[in-house]
Amino acid sequence: MSDMSATMAEERRPKQCTVVLPTESMKAMAESIGVGQLQEESCAALSEEVSYRIKEIAQDALKFMHHGKRRKLTTSDIDHALKLKNVEPLYGFQSQEFIPFRFASGGGRELHFYEEKEVDLSDIINTPLPRVPLDVSLKAHWLSIEGVQPAIPENPPPAPKEQQKAESTEPLKVVKPGQEEEGSIQKGQGAISAEAKGKKEGLMRMKPRSTHELSVEQQLYYKEITEACVGSCEAKRAEALQSIATDPGLYQMLPRFSTFISEGVRVNVVQNNLALLIYLMRMVKALMDNPTLYLEKYLHELIPAVVTCIVSKQLCLRPDVDNHWALRDFAARLMAQSCKTFSTTTNNIQSRITKTFTKSWLDEKTQWTTRYGCIAGLSELGPDVIKTLILPRLTVEGARIKAVSEGPVVSNIDKIGADHVQSLLLKHCASVIAKTRPLPDNMEQYRADYGYLGPTLCSHVVKARAQAALQAQQVNRTTLTITQPRPTLTVSQSGIGGSGGSRSPSIIKVPSSLTLMSTRPGTPTQPSPPATKYIVMATSAGASSTQQVITLSSSSGSSVTSTVASATSTLQPLVKLESRGAGGLGGSRPLQKYIVVSLPTSASSSLESKSGMLPPSSSSTSPISLEAGMKMDRSDSPGASTQSPH
Amino acid sequence: MAAVQDGQLNMEVEKDIKTEITNDGSGNINANSSSPGSTSSGGKSKSPAGSGEDQQTLLAVLQFLKRNKLTESVDILRREAGLSADADDSPVSDSAGAGSGGVPNVSADGGDANSLLSRVSIATPVAPPATAPPKVVAASGGEDQPDVNVVLSAYSQQGDPVLYPLYYNGLKKFIESVLDCHRAELSQVFYPLFVHMYLELVYNNHENEAKQFFEKFSGDQECYYEEDLRILSSMSKKEHMKGNETMLDFRTSKFVLRISRDSYQLLKRHLQERQNNQIWNIIQEHLYIDIFDGMPRSKSQIDAMSGSLAGEGKRDANKAKVFYGLLKEPEIEVPLDDEDEEAENEEGKPKKKKPKKDSMGSKSKKQDPNAPQQTRIPLPELKDSDKLDKIMNMKEATKKIRLGPDNLPSICFYSFLNAYQGLTAVDFTDDSSLIAGGFADSTVRVWSVTPKKLRRVKSAADLSNIDKESDDVLERIMDEKTASESKILYGHSGPVYGISFSPDRNYLLSSSEDGTVRLWSLQTFTCLVGYKGHNYPVWDTQFSPYGYYFISGGHDRVARLWATDHYQPLRMFAGHLADITCTLFHPNSNYVATGSADRTIRLWDVLTGNCVRILTGHKGPIHSLAFSPNGKFMASGATDGRVLLWDVGHGLMVGELKGHTDTIYALKFSRDGEILASGSMDNTVKLWDTLKAFDDVELDDFTAATGHIHLPENSQELLLGTYMTKSTPVIHLHFTRRNLLLAAGAYNP
Repeated sequence: MSDMSATMAEERRPKQCTVVLPTESMKAMAESIGVGQLQEESCAALSEEVSYRIKEIAQDALKFMHHGKRRKLTTSDIDHALKLKNVEPLYGFQSQEFIPFRFASGGGRELHFYEEKEVDLSDIINTPLPRVPLDVSLKAHWLSIEGVQPAIPENPPPAPKEQQKAESTEPLKVVKPGQEEEGSIQKGQGAISAEAKGKKEGLMRMKPRSTHELSVEQQLYYKEITEACVGSCEAKRAEALQSIATDPGLYQMLPRFSTFISEGVRVNVVQNNLALLIYLMRMVKALMDNPTLYLEKYLHELIPAVVTCIVSKQLCLRPDVDNHWALRDFAARLMAQSCKTFSTTTNNIQSRITKTFTKSWLDEKTQWTTRYGCIAGLSELGPDVIKTLILPRLTVEGARIKAVSEGPVVSNIDKIGADHVQSLLLKHCASVIAKTRPLPDNMEQYRADYGYLGPTLCSHVVKARAQAALQAQQVNRTTLTITQPRPTLTVSQSGIGGSGGSRSPSIIKVPSSLTLMSTRPGTPTQPSPPATKYIVMATSAGASSTQQVITLSSSSGSSVTSTVASATSTLQPLVKLESRGAGGLGGSRPLQKYIVVSLPTSASSSLESKSGMLPPSSSSTSPISLEAGMKMDRSDSPGASTQSPH
Repeated sequence: MAAVQDGQLNMEVEKDIKTEITNDGSGNINANSSSPGSTSSGGKSKSPAGSGEDQQTLLAVLQFLKRNKLTESVDILRREAGLSADADDSPVSDSAGAGSGGVPNVSADGGDANSLLSRVSIATPVAPPATAPPKVVAASGGEDQPDVNVVLSAYSQQGDPVLYPLYYNGLKKFIESVLDCHRAELSQVFYPLFVHMYLELVYNNHENEAKQFFEKFSGDQECYYEEDLRILSSMSKKEHMKGNETMLDFRTSKFVLRISRDSYQLLKRHLQERQNNQIWNIIQEHLYIDIFDGMPRSKSQIDAMSGSLAGEGKRDANKAKVFYGLLKEPEIEVPLDDEDEEAENEEGKPKKKKPKKDSMGSKSKKQDPNAPQQTRIPLPELKDSDKLDKIMNMKEATKKIRLGPDNLPSICFYSFLNAYQGLTAVDFTDDSSLIAGGFADSTVRVWSVTPKKLRRVKSAADLSNIDKESDDVLERIMDEKTASESKILYGHSGPVYGISFSPDRNYLLSSSEDGTVRLWSLQTFTCLVGYKGHNYPVWDTQFSPYGYYFISGGHDRVARLWATDHYQPLRMFAGHLADITCTLFHPNSNYVATGSADRTIRLWDVLTGNCVRILTGHKGPIHSLAFSPNGKFMASGATDGRVLLWDVGHGLMVGELKGHTDTIYALKFSRDGEILASGSMDNTVKLWDTLKAFDDVELDDFTAATGHIHLPENSQELLLGTYMTKSTPVIHLHFTRRNLLLAAGAYNP
């Protein structure tokens, strides 16, 4: 209800006149109270009247929202507005979150309904009580000290991402001297007034002097974080990475981190210290995932480091045993991500990177390791790159692999390298071919087209096609049951069934605030949010869906594994989650289709926030591919969604 | 103006007579042709002449009778209408009873003589008669809601719905073609005209035409009317108009426009040349044009002042003298002074400084010609504790930091944690020792922000055991066991929207959605009184700076002045056209300011109950008000994110501070008035240089007289600082006595 009327009140002006509830809704409501055949005219008349009343109520409800000092209309606002009109409020809609209306269509009719599940009373009685919510408390901090905002966790980060972006993408922006002076003493938000002052002065200079002064606390933080990131304790590292990925106040330290990573890679590549390289790459990943940081200015340090980890001849002491391939994959994915985020027409990152990879790949003398890196780097850049750059080379590459695997044994290392290159090529190319090449998949035809790799490729393509078909099916089905986290059992109310039968409402009262508590941070001022909660909904053909709440303490690969694995036991057999190695590097898994919905940790419940709240490591390393119902754009990395088994 | 209107009157009377004659003919024709549609067209063709109502009524009755095959009655009626007034009224009253609503009873009251009278009065362009004749009609019609019908029936005069867009377009073209200097002024006519044309269309059941009309021209209206347009657009049926408050506002109050004489003449000439009576009628009936002599105003000048629900305030509404000066500090009076000295002696130290300060203060304040008489309204006598407090205040004041553009205040932010969007109101005591918060869950919570904990007075039984003679009896009556940092006050049954400490810190007021204002004791932490009167949500309440009195205002559009010991209000301030959203006492307690959702601020005289200022210019509901410490200026903040500064004495807008992007919920002047702090929903606190803002305004006699002020575009220069909070909307601000700024809001993770 609240959502419906809220959107209505916020309709844009041009539409104002015409927004009226569809007559179908009137019919559905009439049916729900037992009026069978409502004439079209009556429906039209009713819908206009109802629309008007709803708008009126929504407008009154807005008053209560304003006086409640909120931005979001709640159900209680509606109740109060109804009370103003001497109408009995709607009992049973007391929810602080939005009410999950769902959409369904079928039989030529479209419906929004409130999903009601039958809840076993004993389940509710037996569930342990949630934590008692914290009481309201008062906390004081300095917002400003004599006009200067101190950089403390209670205050927002000094430079928002937009500002960072503006600074780095428009370096030639005219800056007034006043602003520069103010900036050097780190005036924070006060800079706006400085800008105003600057207007009076005529002089202009080109670029602000950037400041790198760190407070003592920041220096300590930097030391702790860097030590934890490359130290031996995995738990500490997870915490540190989490902090890097979420902390809003790292802007000042970004140059230090960037240098730390670049130097670290330089040193450790020479020493072939694989573990440290992995740690450093994870740091890069965390930095990139931090929503408050804009890395553009530091790419000149970060990209060489990442590329090194992709294509370096040797990354570890024992190339025949250690899984340096995983590092290359991971770094390649990072590279692709930064291309996607930062490539512009002026810096041409993507094309420059592509050129670099292609050049060394084409070189005959290139080692298998580097070759692998180049291919991985290219294929992560997307299907288009694979199509134009890799597919034409398959024959040549196949011949090279054949020479190693069927020819005289040169060295074990070469053989392993060739194997990896082969599976990498198969993995990436199969999905692209499956999408672009018309049927049928003829073994011989493939051999003719792709040479040595043709037959194996053919079988992979067949598999990929089968999976794609399965996937499409599931996507269709899942769009119907999208993404409603139902965190509480607060209240159930009979919705309007598609069949039109009415049920008496069953109301179960549990104070909603109690259960909602668990999804919120305990003390709001703490800088890092707690583990994000996910509901994994897997839908199978049986049309019954299961929901599982998994707490991912993000960025720690191992814990992801364990919880996910434990979750699988209760899921439908058709759907299964496979555990992954620590850090989620490398490996492949059977195709799975999951809808992942993260419960917003904040009170805001829009879809955007959900996608934004996904913790960093899960989006690239967790085995969960995000599709369809979520507004997540992951389709451009085929590796994430369709991957063939071993 | 009068001359022309007379002309108009004559012309219309003439026409009336003509139509009287032709009506007979047309009535006959209608009867003969017996087509239902033709009657209405006949009505339309005549209505611009202004004879409107009774002609139409007759036709409608005729039509009704025809449809019911009552041919005899038709004949009789036609004869009567055509011949004379002395006929019997039985067929007419029959038909009226049968279903034509309240309208057609005109002839029942005494036939044509009466109807002729009412017709003349309709044609007269003076305000009251326009609604008066329908009143007679409606009353005899016996409807449940006479008011609404009175209001609505004024719309029953109608023209051809198809022509409405043409009329409007014609005027639009004309206004676009006039000289630049007049265009801005004349453009003001668009919005009220649009509204009333639309409402007329809706009232006369031309739903589709109304929709088309709305779609065609709503885009032309100024963006700040968007809210009202939204409400308007939802109203597409005649039935909707009954009981719609906004609708009533448009009808019951005339939209006030200020137009220079030249521009007005231009408009009038145009409309008369074109015989555009439809528009002219609307202008006559629903608009109040306040004509002034002098230069037409510029677009920016007009924009600054417009935006309220019913146009600008009339100029004479702001003419009354306002005693904005401060009252003399009571310490200066001789008997009190002595006691003060004594009290100081007890205190000991600041003996030297104080008398000097006092004498200085008294000198400067004695001669203030703008101050009201000390006894203009009776104020409560000072108690010993109040005097002590005054002394403390003085002492603190000596340590006060002098603020200025180069010396910004420190801001201490009190975040309410775990409030889950439930915090609706906050107040600090003047000495900054207590904070109170009102919550959506109907509770009021009080915190002590000093180490001194909150204690309850002991129960009656325990109190009887206390030695009443002991020196520390005040200490002894407190119950140590109840000491805590915060206390919760239960009693309301709806969200608490307004909260205010009494100046002596003994009481707390809270106003709630449940329609009551409650007075709480901060000694016992119990509710003392529930003031009932507003039956609708009470949005705000505030104690007088001298205590005892308080003001409340809410959804019922009435602000009430109460005294704590009276359960009924002392004054009711009615006049706002929409919810009263915020209330504030003037520092001298003689005036009360109210801000409203009708986008005006009104200043009321506590003594007389009159509205002495109507300040327009905001483009959204006003949610915060602040008086400068000297009482001379006022600041107001609204949902449109702008802060406006006002000169109370002249009733003028003297500044506009742009910068916030969301509703401003908190405004406060620093203790010396040099800095204005504003807190907003956009999670920022901004500081403004008010000294400069008031200095920049040039007030010559002309602008003071006409109120047409050129606002300097200097928001950026006046802005001294912006401080972002971490997703915490700022809903209250307070300067401590030493000019430290306290801010409060609830953290919304």
